[in-house]
Amino acid sequence: MKLSLWTYEGPPHVGAMRVATAMKGLHYVLHAPQGDTYADLLFTMIERRDHRPPVSYTTFQARDLGADTATLFKTTAQDAVARFAPQAIIVGASCTAELIQDDPGGLAATLGLNIPVIPLDLPSYQRKEGFGTDETFLQIVRHLAKPCARSEAITANLIGPTALGFRHRDDITEVTRLLADMGIGVNVVAPMGASPADIARMGAAHFNVLMYPEHAESAARWMQTNLGQPYTKCVPIGVGATRDFLAEVAGLTGLPVRADTSRLRLPWWTRSVDSTYLTGKRVFVFGDGTHVAAAVRIAREEMGFTVAGIGCYNREMARPIRALAQSLGLEAVISDDYLDVEEAIAALQPELILGTQMERHIGKRLGIPCAVISAPVHVQDFPARYAPQMGWEGANVIFDTWVHPLVMGLEDHLLHMFRDDFEFHDAAGASHHGGQHSERVPEAETLVPSMPNADQSNVIWLAPAEKELKKIPFFVRGKARRNTEAYASERGIAAISVETLYEAKAHYARG
Amino acid sequence: MKDLPEIGCSNTPVLKQRGQREVFCGLTGIIWLHRKMQDAFFLVVGSRTCAHLLQSAAGVMIFAQPRFGTAILEEKDLAGLADSQTEIDREVARLLARRPDIKQLFLVGSCPSEVIKLDLAKAAQRLSAQFAPHVRVLNYSGSGIETTFTQGEDACLAAMVPVLPATQDAGLILVGALPDVVEDQALALLAEMGITHVTCLPARRAGEMPAIGPNTRFALVQPFLGDTLDALQKRGAQHIPAPFPFGAEGTTLWLRAIADLYGVSDEVFARVTAAPRARAEKAIAAATETLGGKSVFFFPDSQLEIPLARFLTRECGMTAIEVGTPYLHRDLMAPELALLAQGPVLSEGQDVDLQLDRARAARADLTVCGLGLANPLEAEGMATKWAIELVFTPVHFYEQAGDLAGLFARPLRRRALLAPLSAPVAPAVEAAE
Repeated sequence: MKLSLWTYEGPPHVGAMRVATAMKGLHYVLHAPQGDTYADLLFTMIERRDHRPPVSYTTFQARDLGADTATLFKTTAQDAVARFAPQAIIVGASCTAELIQDDPGGLAATLGLNIPVIPLDLPSYQRKEGFGTDETFLQIVRHLAKPCARSEAITANLIGPTALGFRHRDDITEVTRLLADMGIGVNVVAPMGASPADIARMGAAHFNVLMYPEHAESAARWMQTNLGQPYTKCVPIGVGATRDFLAEVAGLTGLPVRADTSRLRLPWWTRSVDSTYLTGKRVFVFGDGTHVAAAVRIAREEMGFTVAGIGCYNREMARPIRALAQSLGLEAVISDDYLDVEEAIAALQPELILGTQMERHIGKRLGIPCAVISAPVHVQDFPARYAPQMGWEGANVIFDTWVHPLVMGLEDHLLHMFRDDFEFHDAAGASHHGGQHSERVPEAETLVPSMPNADQSNVIWLAPAEKELKKIPFFVRGKARRNTEAYASERGIAAISVETLYEAKAHYARG
Repeated sequence: MKDLPEIGCSNTPVLKQRGQREVFCGLTGIIWLHRKMQDAFFLVVGSRTCAHLLQSAAGVMIFAQPRFGTAILEEKDLAGLADSQTEIDREVARLLARRPDIKQLFLVGSCPSEVIKLDLAKAAQRLSAQFAPHVRVLNYSGSGIETTFTQGEDACLAAMVPVLPATQDAGLILVGALPDVVEDQALALLAEMGITHVTCLPARRAGEMPAIGPNTRFALVQPFLGDTLDALQKRGAQHIPAPFPFGAEGTTLWLRAIADLYGVSDEVFARVTAAPRARAEKAIAAATETLGGKSVFFFPDSQLEIPLARFLTRECGMTAIEVGTPYLHRDLMAPELALLAQGPVLSEGQDVDLQLDRARAARADLTVCGLGLANPLEAEGMATKWAIELVFTPVHFYEQAGDLAGLFARPLRRRALLAPLSAPVAPAVEAAE
C-alpha cells in the first residue's frame, strides 16, 4: 500500500478512454463498478467535449457479484454495438473488474460480433494512465493496421495525440504546417480524429511522426517492424528542436529542409534588450518526460535560463530524464508523489517553475511563479485560442507563457529604484485596489537582534542588518534572507551585520 | 402537514430500469464531509481510480494539505505477499505522526477493498485502541458497488452513531452535514422558538459530537440518510418526520414539525418565521419570473431530486416531467411525495441510454444531470443544470431558498442573454461523434 494525496496520472483504463474518446467510430466496453463513470466528466468538463466519451460501463453493484457479472458484460457489449454501431470495439476491465476475473476479451469473443473486438490487458495495480494510452493505441494498431502500398506522394502519419492531452489539438495543426512546408502530406492522424478504417490504412504513409512518445512509442516501434515505417525521434518543441526535427524528416525522406519561419518571433523576442533580465533565471522543470526534455533545451538555449532542477512523474521516461539531469550536473526527481516534488522545489528555491498544474499549486504555496508545460491538464489548459507547443508558433506561445508569470525586466529595475520610497513599500498596499494608502511608520530603534529562520538557528541578525534587509524589495527579501543566513552559517558567522549582508550579496551575484 | 388535501405522488408507480448508471460512488461525499469535520481525516483504502475520482470530483485540485488521501493497493497486497492489516497500520501511523491535529480517522472502504474482503472494521478497532484517547478510528464503505454519491455521507454518519455517548437527557439532534453558516441559521431559528439543547451530527469537531438516548429526538436535514435513521432509532432516538427544509414551504413545514412536538405556540412560530419566510418568498419570486411555466427533467444523482422537484413545482411554478432518483426511500420520502402533484414519471435507478432517449424526447426547458452529461446535452440545444452544485452549495433553509431557485434559473437566464448561435452549437471537438 502506498499513501497518495494527489496523483499525476489516473489508472490505465483512463488512458484507454483517452484513446477511445480521441477516435471516431470506436467504442470502449468497460467492465467497471458503478462510480467509475466519473471519468466521463474529465472529457466533458475539462476538455469541454460536446459528446459523451464512447464508453459503455457495466456498472455492476454488490448484488451482481453474487450473480452473473459475465452475462452483464456480454449484455452491455451487445447493447453498445447495437446502439452505437461502431466499426470496432475495445474491451477491458477497470481495477475492480480486474479482481473478479471475468475476462472481457474472452467473453466478447464469444458474442459473434461482426466487427473487430480488441481486448485490452491493462494491469491496474501496476501501471498508470500513460501506459494505458500507449498500450491501447498499440493494440488498436496491431489489430487493425494492415500492410498496404505507400502513397504516391510522400506522406506521414502523426501519431500520439489523444483526448485530454496538453495542447495536442493545436500541435497537430502546427506539425501539419511544418510538413506541408516541406511538401509532405499527412496520411492519418491517430488516435485523435482517426476511425478504425483510418487505422487500417496507416501503412500507406512513408514514415511516422511520433509526436508524443508517452502515448505512441510502442505503436511506432510495431509499425517500424511490421509496416517498415521509420519514425521521428525528435519532438519539435522549441526552435532548436523544430529545426532538428525538420532535418530528421529530410533525412528520412530525402527532401531538402524547407521552412517558413516568417511567423517565428521567439529568437528576436529573447534577444530584445527587455529580455536581459531573463538571464540566468533559475528554473525547476517538472512534468512528463517528453515535455521536460523539450523545456530544458528551450530554457537553456533559447531563454538563457539556468536549469536548477528537473524531473518527471512517468517512470517510463526515468532513464532519459536521469541521463539528461546527469549531463547538467543535476540529480533528477523521478516521482509521482507531489510531496517529493514540493520538497525539491522548496530546497532549490528556483525563480520560476516550469511544471504541471500540481507544481502551479506548489508554486502558489511557496510564492514561486509557475508556467504550465505538461499534462495532467486542467480546464485552463484548453484555451479557446490557437496555442500549440510544437513548431514555430509553439515557440512563440512558449515564450509568452513562460515570461508571463515573471515580474517584467523594466518593472524589476523600477522596483529597485524605488525600493525605499516612502510611498512604495510592502505595507503600503497596491495603489490600484482603491485602499487607503498607509505611510510607513518609522520603526523604533532596537538593539535586540531578531530571531533567525528556524532552519538556520545558529545565526542571528544584528539590528542594523535587519533594518538594511527591510530596504530590499519585499519580493526578493526572502531570498536575500535565506542566502545571507546560508552564507553566514557556512562560514561560522554567528551574527549577521550589514557587512555580512553585502558580502553574501556579492557571493551570490552572477554575471 | 396534518390536513393536506392531496395524496400527490404517494401511490405513483415507480419506473425501475437496470443498465449503465451514470453516477458517482459514495467516496465523493468525502469532499464535503472533510470540510465539515475539521479535525477528521478520510483514508480511502482503494485503487488509483479512487484517488483519481476524489481529485477530479474536488474540482481537480484544492490542494492545501488535504485531509483525505488514498492508500493505494498494489500488486503485492492483492497477491497476499503483504499483510494488508500491517500495511494499514504502517500507513496510519505515518499519517497520524505527520498530522497531530487529526482527532478522527475514517478508514473508507472502496470497490477493490470490498471485493477482496479487506476487514476495515477490524483495522479500525485495533487502531482505535492503539491511538485512544487522542484519535478515534472508524470505518465505513464508500464503494461504488454499495453506495451512490450521497449514500457515502449516510454510511459515514451511520458508522458514527454507535459510538456516540449515551444520555438520558432530552435533546434534539439535527442530522446531516450542512455548511456551518446554514447550520447556525437553523439553530438560531430553533433557539428563538425556545428550543434549546440542540446538537448536530456530524459536529464540527470530534469533541462536540452529540449524546444520544431514549429521550433524544432527531430531524434529518438531508433526504439521503436512511441507514443513519435506522442506526439512530436503534439507539432509542425518535425521528421527527417532515418534508426537507428546501424552499420557504419546505423550511416552514420542517420547522413546524419540530415546533409542534415542542409545544411552540402558533404566535411564537409566526413571530420567529414571518420575516425570514417573507424574505425567502421574495427571493424565490425573483427566480420564478424565469422558472414559471417551464418544465424540468431530473436525472438521478443525489437523492435530493424529489424534494427539489417538490420545491420547483410548488414554489417556482415549474412542471416536472421526470424525477429520477438513484434510490427511493419510501418512508423518508412519504411527506415529500404527498406534496408532489401527480404528473411526473418517478424513476429509480437508471439505464442512462434509455433515460437519455426519454430526456431527448421530452426536451424539457431544464434538464438536471451530472457533469458527464451536461455539456453533451447543451450541445444538443438543451439547457442543463449540473446536479453536483446542488450538493456543494448552501441551499437549505429560508435564507438560501432564493439561491436554490437561482441555481435553476441561471442556466435559463444565461441562454436568454447570449446571442443565439447558428448551428453547430459547439465547435467541432475532434472525434467521439
